[in-house]
Amino acid sequence: METAFIIETIVKILVVLGLFSALAGFATYVERKVLAFMQRRLGPMHVGPYGILQVLADGIKLFTKEDFIPQGAVRPIFMIAPVITAATAFIAMAAIPMFPEFTIGGYTVRPIISDMNVGLLFVLGVMGIGLYGPLLAGMASGNKWSLLGAARTAIQFLSYEVVTGLSVLAPVMIVGSLSLIDFNNYQAGGVGEWLVWKQPIAFILFLIAGFAETNRTPFDLLEHEAEVISGYATEYSGMRWGLFFIGEYANMFTIGFLASLIFLGGFNDLWFIPGAIAILLKVFFFIFLFIWARASWPHVRPDQLMWLCWKVLMPIAVVNVVITGIVMMFF
Amino acid sequence: MSGLEQFQDRNVSQNYYKVKIEPYPKTPWEKFKRVVRKSLKPDLLIGLKITLLEMLRFNIHTIQYPKEKLPVSPRFRGIHRLLRLLESGNERCIGCGLCEKICISNCIRIDTKPDENGRKIPTEYTINFGRCIFCGYCAEVCPELAIVHGQEYEYASEQRAQFAMKEDMLTPLDKLKEQKEYPGFGAPTPAADKLIKKTPLAY
Repeated sequence: METAFIIETIVKILVVLGLFSALAGFATYVERKVLAFMQRRLGPMHVGPYGILQVLADGIKLFTKEDFIPQGAVRPIFMIAPVITAATAFIAMAAIPMFPEFTIGGYTVRPIISDMNVGLLFVLGVMGIGLYGPLLAGMASGNKWSLLGAARTAIQFLSYEVVTGLSVLAPVMIVGSLSLIDFNNYQAGGVGEWLVWKQPIAFILFLIAGFAETNRTPFDLLEHEAEVISGYATEYSGMRWGLFFIGEYANMFTIGFLASLIFLGGFNDLWFIPGAIAILLKVFFFIFLFIWARASWPHVRPDQLMWLCWKVLMPIAVVNVVITGIVMMFF
Repeated sequence: MSGLEQFQDRNVSQNYYKVKIEPYPKTPWEKFKRVVRKSLKPDLLIGLKITLLEMLRFNIHTIQYPKEKLPVSPRFRGIHRLLRLLESGNERCIGCGLCEKICISNCIRIDTKPDENGRKIPTEYTINFGRCIFCGYCAEVCPELAIVHGQEYEYASEQRAQFAMKEDMLTPLDKLKEQKEYPGFGAPTPAADKLIKKTPLAY
């Protein structure tokens, strides 16, 4: 393998890692501010102008806090679990094309770490492995709240993997490829070509499942404070807890990029907006949607969650796939 | 809006309305119909609209406490103040000792002596704020409106000795002009004269 390729890949990896760690921190600030405004509050105001340095203060606090490991915990698993969450969240980004190709000094950069032909499958698979983070954390903590959180992780993530997979199956059938770049190129013809017009139900199902997979509020059962203290993260403190947090926000960005690429035209130019800015706008809209929904909607109960998944969303997804197949066969 | 208006508003009408609760579905078909009805109703979108409008309206209710403060009720019982006579600047306290007597947490201590005019004056007046429960009895019992409750409510301190300073409570001589007549707890109400009734002697 040539040296330039290796150096390029390493640089890309470092950029993605650094950028999304910083973005995860920044997203916490945005989330706190937006939630506050929606609840007629001001949010963080004291650290720096308009509280913008709150992210930094939180970071310092997380790094300097005692890394506490309870006596009844299984030490190695307890210590490795947050790393699984953060690592899988970042590995999943390896197959996502973030931006259109651009040229620096005559050298063409493709802003995707690894362009594999099963990109979508890879992203969903690695995000599925992310389930082991909360699961092992909760089971290794030696705490009943953590154990309940871990049990909820297992049912929630496993169930909604099904919905995610089935909902993206219909777009995959239409495009005929699992590469996210092919998805992007399929929708190159402007807003009218977006897959969301052909597959609106799949889009909504994918979003709902995305909320569940990133553990965001309507389905925030893993660490629902009112029921299980902090769920799987009850016994964690300091940077280990911070890794769970970074993983969650990185997953939010991943789902945002996936939804933009699959359904909303990806990084194609949008009217007068260049493609790179267009996809950023789309992703930030999804991040805002996550926060917006958190401010607006209450949690669901675990049984409602399962009911929604297996009795409503999965049948709809299957019917959607079948209808798509019939339409593709006869028209 | 001054704080007083809020507290004087006694117009508490009870506008109850009953929430309509539809009967619980019994058969599976009714359950299914309810699910479809609730899924297709735009309730979730209405929730999103409300939060978005609140954000855009930007009607913030936060009080940034150390920088901004809400007005306190005039009847609030904060740290005590010892008032002076407006004309002469003498202390109003006549050393009667009623406050010391009535204090239920035994935190007031008063020492008196006659001054050169033969008038009794307090030589020492301390309130141990570590013990005081701010019940307001001392202000209520004082015949001269000499000890009253101020508006001060931030009275944390590092030293116990600072909980009993007479100098902090007494109006300084150079600020005598700023001293206002006390409208709060224990003071006669504005319409006190009209409220006086003849003692019923019909027994």
